[in-house]
Amino acid sequence: MSKIQTISGRAIPVRGGDIDTDRIIPARFLRCVTFEGLGEHAFEDDRLQDTRNGLVHPFDQERFQGAKVLVVNQNFGCGSSREHAPQAIYRWGVQAIVGVSYSEIFYGNTVAIGMPCVHVSPEDSVELQTLIETDPSVEVTVDLEKSEVRAAGKTFKATLPAGARGQFLEGTWDAMAELVSGIESVKQTAAALPYLAWK
Amino acid sequence: MGKTLYHKVFDSHTVRQLPSGQAQLFIGLHLIHEVTSPQAFAMLRDRKTSVLFPERTMATVDHIVPTEDQSRPYQDSMAEEMLKAIEKNTTDNGIKLYSPGSGKQGVVHIVAPELGLTLPGMTVACGDSHTATHGAFGAIAFGIGTSQVRDVLATQTLAMSRLKVRRIEVNGTLKAGVFAKDVILHVLRVLTAKGGVGYAYEFAGSTFDAMSMEERMTVCNMAIEGGARCGYINPDETTFEYIKGREFAPKGADWEKALEYWKSVASDSDAVFDDVVKFDAAEIAPTVTWGISPDHGAGVTESVPGVETFPEAERANIEEAYAYMDVKAGTPIAGTKIDVAFIGSCTNGRISDFREAAKVVKLHGGKVAAHVKAIVVPGSEQVKVAAEAEGLDKVFTDAGFEWRQAGCSMCLAMNPDKLVGRQVSASSSNRNFKGRQGSSTGRTLLMSPAMVALAALEGKVSDVRTVLK
Repeated sequence: MSKIQTISGRAIPVRGGDIDTDRIIPARFLRCVTFEGLGEHAFEDDRLQDTRNGLVHPFDQERFQGAKVLVVNQNFGCGSSREHAPQAIYRWGVQAIVGVSYSEIFYGNTVAIGMPCVHVSPEDSVELQTLIETDPSVEVTVDLEKSEVRAAGKTFKATLPAGARGQFLEGTWDAMAELVSGIESVKQTAAALPYLAWK
Repeated sequence: MGKTLYHKVFDSHTVRQLPSGQAQLFIGLHLIHEVTSPQAFAMLRDRKTSVLFPERTMATVDHIVPTEDQSRPYQDSMAEEMLKAIEKNTTDNGIKLYSPGSGKQGVVHIVAPELGLTLPGMTVACGDSHTATHGAFGAIAFGIGTSQVRDVLATQTLAMSRLKVRRIEVNGTLKAGVFAKDVILHVLRVLTAKGGVGYAYEFAGSTFDAMSMEERMTVCNMAIEGGARCGYINPDETTFEYIKGREFAPKGADWEKALEYWKSVASDSDAVFDDVVKFDAAEIAPTVTWGISPDHGAGVTESVPGVETFPEAERANIEEAYAYMDVKAGTPIAGTKIDVAFIGSCTNGRISDFREAAKVVKLHGGKVAAHVKAIVVPGSEQVKVAAEAEGLDKVFTDAGFEWRQAGCSMCLAMNPDKLVGRQVSASSSNRNFKGRQGSSTGRTLLMSPAMVALAALEGKVSDVRTVLK
């Protein structure tokens, strides 16, 4: 399991609060038995809506192609538990997300696939989005060690829960190996629970 | 200092602290379905790992099953492939699967309680956000992603952080025509879609005490729409009465032990909460959503709220909701024309939901409006049989509703049941997100099953209190 300390690259903004996982990856793309190929369908219906309205969604804008950092606002990834949502974003090429807040299940899914989501203030999320829109070539660095995001000579405070931060820095973000190492204790806990023995 | 149910159950299921500071949490009941499990089994195969406690996982199929022609192979070849994948994965790993035709298939959150698998004082996990439903029994139940489904299969545990607990107290008697669905839509409207992030919701007070288990499931089901990963209600005599005699419920001497354990897990009278919010049941009206988030609700006699009534940071979202739904501030909620009516889902696909909807159909006496397509989808094969035994199917079909087979259906439209174009749907489901019901431009109005039934008959959103007095 690799350590994840900093992610640097160009960034892409997706503005708006409460962007749910149905918008990130519509349910029709969940008709699959692997996560392969989901990247190209990230935000598909929002992209179609923008096209109909004469706009171009950031994921369709040439200038944001190849971005590694996604910048969002409040309660990103709310709704369905589908891991297909972070998988689609990750497979499109995003390696880290900067935003104000995330839904719990979405957050857990991003840790499990090794895509850090850091928290910044509402003002900073908007400032970063404006900065990227003004100059898409700007390099954004998400630094988990220093708990900050740097872009265009500016530094923004960026936090994540101590547990997740440690998991990324130490390369233990894939929980399964750690959980497997405790299987003997798991069996003891199970034996102590009253309901496992009921018939 | 007393403890909450959340803390008691979390502590008794904690195996150990992990180096990350999270707890390794034992999962008492793991539920799987065809959409979020195939990749998890593939990961297990990649890592050459087997399922640790196959008897603690139950599988059914719900999201992609057609509700009309269920003959195999399915016309949708991808749906067929997903069915075959879960059949193979469960067979290879010794996991019980309830398939269509077994008599016990249905929406996973309806099937587990009706089989007596969901019990108080348990931890329940499933690769589906509406796992919160099982909290109605006093279980700690939450949705997980596919990598976590893998973790539970391999170790029967998850790496979890402790949540804070908010007690949501509702007291008083609900007025005629006001249902559990209205209570949760009202709570969401006040506490918002993100107000519960970081919290478990404990629903308490005389209104919930008086509710049946099915009503409690409707409430807990939508805790996730408020950002709370789980919601629960302390177990009581109503809970025990519901469980007694069900297929997997404890029996004989174990029943007595179970009662003792279940009573012990309820929150202590002096339990300390991180937050408490109170509501008066008498103030709750039949509630309908007008926007693109479940917290965009309003009483049926109200109008679409003005953007100025929302905090500054929300206003861009509200404008987006107006544009997507094609509504304006000040437009009355009642009278909104609908094209489709859907009664079903893990929120409102149980026998009591169909009884209430059928009651409205009978009292109204009319037929589904000529321009409306109305479908009624039982949440499980057992619900379907029970409804047909009471003649409810006939009440619906005589009035022009279609009576279907069990599944998730148009809640998320992964099967052939979909909106077309800009259609407006009156729906008893849980999410009014953009594109949720299968058309990327389709529109959803969430409401109680009784309100959906009346909207179907009138062809427009109408106040069910004119029928249910």
